[in-house]
Amino acid sequence: MKKRVVILVIGEDKVGIVYNISKILYENNINIEDVTQKVLDTMIFTMIMLVDMSKSKISISDLRKEFEAVSKEINVRIDLHHEDLFYSMHRV
Amino acid sequence: MLNSNLSIDEILETSNMLYDQMLDIRTLTMGISLLNPELNSKSIDQLCNFLSDLGKRFIDAAKEIEEELGVSIVNKRISITPITVAFPRSEPKFYIEFAKKLDQTLKEINIDFLGGFSAFITKGMSPQDRALFSSLPEILSSTERICSSCEAGNSKSGINVSSIKEVAVMLKETSLATRELDGVGCAKFVVFANAVNDNPFMAGAFHGIGEINHSINVGISGPGVIKKVIERNEDCDLLELADHIKRASFKITRLGELVGRKAAKILDIRFGSVDLSLAPTPRENDSVAGVLEAIGVPCVGFPGTTGALALLTDAVKKGGSMASSRVGGLSGAFIPVSEDLGMIDAVKNGSLCIEKLEAMTAVCSVGLDMIAVPGTTSVDTLSSIILDELSIGVFTNKTTGVRIIPVPGKKEGDMAYFGGLLGYSPILPVKNVKKSKLIERGGMIPAPITSLRN
Repeated sequence: MKKRVVILVIGEDKVGIVYNISKILYENNINIEDVTQKVLDTMIFTMIMLVDMSKSKISISDLRKEFEAVSKEINVRIDLHHEDLFYSMHRV
Repeated sequence: MLNSNLSIDEILETSNMLYDQMLDIRTLTMGISLLNPELNSKSIDQLCNFLSDLGKRFIDAAKEIEEELGVSIVNKRISITPITVAFPRSEPKFYIEFAKKLDQTLKEINIDFLGGFSAFITKGMSPQDRALFSSLPEILSSTERICSSCEAGNSKSGINVSSIKEVAVMLKETSLATRELDGVGCAKFVVFANAVNDNPFMAGAFHGIGEINHSINVGISGPGVIKKVIERNEDCDLLELADHIKRASFKITRLGELVGRKAAKILDIRFGSVDLSLAPTPRENDSVAGVLEAIGVPCVGFPGTTGALALLTDAVKKGGSMASSRVGGLSGAFIPVSEDLGMIDAVKNGSLCIEKLEAMTAVCSVGLDMIAVPGTTSVDTLSSIILDELSIGVFTNKTTGVRIIPVPGKKEGDMAYFGGLLGYSPILPVKNVKKSKLIERGGMIPAPITSLRN
């Protein structure tokens, strides 16, 4: 069964955001199923990723820790939420 | 998004609620029944171990949910069967020792509060109720995490004024025992009319007698979300505004429902209920007063406040009740003074007084909450304030409660500081008399005619 997690990235646009995020996902065998990415007002980078963690080498809390380190390094906010959260709030 | 039928707007809306509008789970409360024949003969140490084992599992489950959903659960609490029911004792010693030992246990396992040192005194006080009451000043002053409550009135039986006076005497003693901390001991005690069995919020949580074994109850915190929705709809009329509030309430309640369901599944226990109350905290953008002002009240406490609060409470309930099949607890809007920045400001600038707060509680849960009054307030005056508030509950068939703190050595206009989520508050003015004939008479106010429904 799939374990889908939504990754939301927001911060000042710079080189290497997508690279840094997807590198961690690749290293932990987490499959990216969908990506939407936009730069708003030529400065603010936003990206929403839908990933499947069913074959992941690490748990969601360990992934969050890895992202925390990257988040400080490249100065963007990275949030992780199980997709259940969005389905329960927006679907009856 | 391609592989999911969620839209980007929906994902961003949820994200904004969590990060900008302070949406979180205010409390996850595990109700634990002590009405278990195996516990009857256990020692205090054994009882603490029993609660500690369950508490640890509960904390692990809560952390797992926080990690998975990325949603913070601010308080993890336990409610137990009212202690005077589970362990009737005629001496205070047992209650004091149990409370102190339990307080240590709770600290060790990181449970924020435990509720259920409670008594039901509407028809008078039994020996165990007296024993608990005489132990409360020591319990509330020497422990940090033990909460206590009592019911002194209900719509079926009426209001016991003699019991209320006992409550006031105990509050005065407790406030003196915590004199150094502005009487904070009283913030961990609430007196109810029509107390509810599955309330997840403190200080009044207890695991009701009819509740089986263990259960999970959830309280959400969403004033910031509701305020944002109202601000986005500047120009609509009140009917339309109520609809917008209902929709937002639906979404935040679904979050509570999801967390409750997940916790119950992990712990393999029953999912009790989601409490639909809007619960503020003393943080920016997390204020019920702020919501009322966004609706259009010039300043909380001004004419119009009760009307706006009625609209808000009702819309929150209507939206929330669609979102969960297990609605319970207090379900309304909380208006604790010291825990809500907007309320604190309104008291400071003189627009909000006890009398207006009392009127507001006629249309929302859950009563006069976190009210700091001068330390010189007499027992009779405290009793009278409690009586007025409980009358609203008893005669309108709803829950009301009083959490009032006479602050030793402080007078009207001074500030009282309670710390953490309990916040701070200016001392409210009170019309104080030394003696009141009404209270001196004692006895019961009979139940309203509406109690004869059979």
